[in-house]
Amino acid sequence: MQEIRRSDTRQMPRRRFLDRLLGVSVVGLATAVVYPIVRYLSPPEVPEAASNRVLAAKVSELEQSPAKIFPFGSEAGILIRSPDGEYRAFAATCTHLECTVQFHEPSKRIWCACHNGWYDMNGRNVAGPPPKPLERYTVQVEGDEIFVSRS
Amino acid sequence: MAFRGIGGWLDDRIGLEGVRRMAEEKTVPVHRHSPWYYFGGMTLFFFLVQVATGILLMLYYRPSSEEAYESVQFIVTQVPFGWLIRSIHSWSANLMVGAAFVHLFSVFFLKAYRRPRELTWLSGFVLLILALGFGFSGYLLPWNKLAYFATRVGTDIAGSVPLVGEFVLRFLRGGDHVTGGTLSRFYGWHVAILPAITVALLGLHLWLVQRHGMSVTPAEERKGGARRRMPFVPDFLLRDLFGWTIALAVLAALAALFPWELGEKADPFAPAPANIKPEWYFMFMFQTLKYVPGGEIVGIENEAIAILGFGAIGLLAFLVPFLDRGVVRVGRSPGFTIVGVAGILYIVLLTVLGYHSWVPAAAAAVLFLVPWLAGRGADSGREER
Repeated sequence: MQEIRRSDTRQMPRRRFLDRLLGVSVVGLATAVVYPIVRYLSPPEVPEAASNRVLAAKVSELEQSPAKIFPFGSEAGILIRSPDGEYRAFAATCTHLECTVQFHEPSKRIWCACHNGWYDMNGRNVAGPPPKPLERYTVQVEGDEIFVSRS
Repeated sequence: MAFRGIGGWLDDRIGLEGVRRMAEEKTVPVHRHSPWYYFGGMTLFFFLVQVATGILLMLYYRPSSEEAYESVQFIVTQVPFGWLIRSIHSWSANLMVGAAFVHLFSVFFLKAYRRPRELTWLSGFVLLILALGFGFSGYLLPWNKLAYFATRVGTDIAGSVPLVGEFVLRFLRGGDHVTGGTLSRFYGWHVAILPAITVALLGLHLWLVQRHGMSVTPAEERKGGARRRMPFVPDFLLRDLFGWTIALAVLAALAALFPWELGEKADPFAPAPANIKPEWYFMFMFQTLKYVPGGEIVGIENEAIAILGFGAIGLLAFLVPFLDRGVVRVGRSPGFTIVGVAGILYIVLLTVLGYHSWVPAAAAAVLFLVPWLAGRGADSGREER
């Protein structure tokens, strides 16, 4: 009797000790399985395209049409020749929901077809849902080649 | 009270009570051959691991000849724990086929295929063939040199079967050659078609096991009297889970200590590397074909005869419940047992020759001797008591 009472009051009974040990082991095992899976599910950072400066177009291309979509890293950029002959480049990703914009020649504005968003020739959001202006890039003309870089 | 309420609500709709009663009533016979009962569950465990890791790999894998190798390279070098997931998938595939082979042979030797479990045998046999199909199709997916040439050889062998060979080869390759088209096709088989068939057949297989309960050997049946039985829940289930935990530990150790290699990217215009080899479970057939001299008998190539021979043996094994009349009539069929032992010895011997290594023989010895000795030990211990 005394034996049992002592184990009740001062010591942990063997059964409960083993149960806890088992519980800790099961939690440990579950963690060892779940942790790698959770880490695996989050994609690794892929380094951005190294080039911050790309050849966007030839001058001759923009003589035929006033705008061109060009690849800038993994995203699209848009290069526009304004009526006074100045080149302007913007990120072509609409600030609303990431569709790619296009140049709307009749109105001389930039248009996003997805939700009818409008930007002016300076990339400012002037109508429709876009919340912010388009990111503007720096344009350099070298001979016949037009380079665009992130400023 | 709330819990009972929810339980009752669910029971009204899906009949949990029946499941509970089934779990309570299910028992497992206890005798000297009981350890073999664990291998079916073990195979199932590895299959579940394959489903889980396979789905994870699909999140990053790209099935095209331009990107497949690079995407696997990305998985094993860039994705956190990607190397582990991929390594576990490869190792578990091999352990699954190994467990399935042990399961098949134990069922064969215990004559568990006899009436009324013929369909359980047939479905299990097809499941093994499907597992081999998973292995063959999955082997190509990393698009490395070894896999590329192994697939060329493997499909070429299938193509040498008389009459249907031409069709089979084009069907497998998705054209005349092993190309990116073959890769797409193998991917489709590996992640959609084979899983769909497997899940349906596995459902039938497991349902049949529940329906008929565990089989006991004819000798055990003849003893008559009250048989020792163990409740499935919790006694056998806990033992099963313990086995699964060990299996997971072995799997994790193998995957971490011996990460599966990726090799070099396949190049159709490079010479085949030395030592191209199939997965180990095809090795005995591959090695047999090496010993078959070129030539032909009555207009059929020797190689094709050997392949048809394997096909015929497979068909006979498939139909064994209907061929083994002895076990039904007099409760014994030693001839089948001897053929089974010969089959194991042949597979082990040819695998040893194929790898120039005794490891396959040692692995087979451990897999077959340990459960056998464990059963005998438990049995004699009980008799002494």
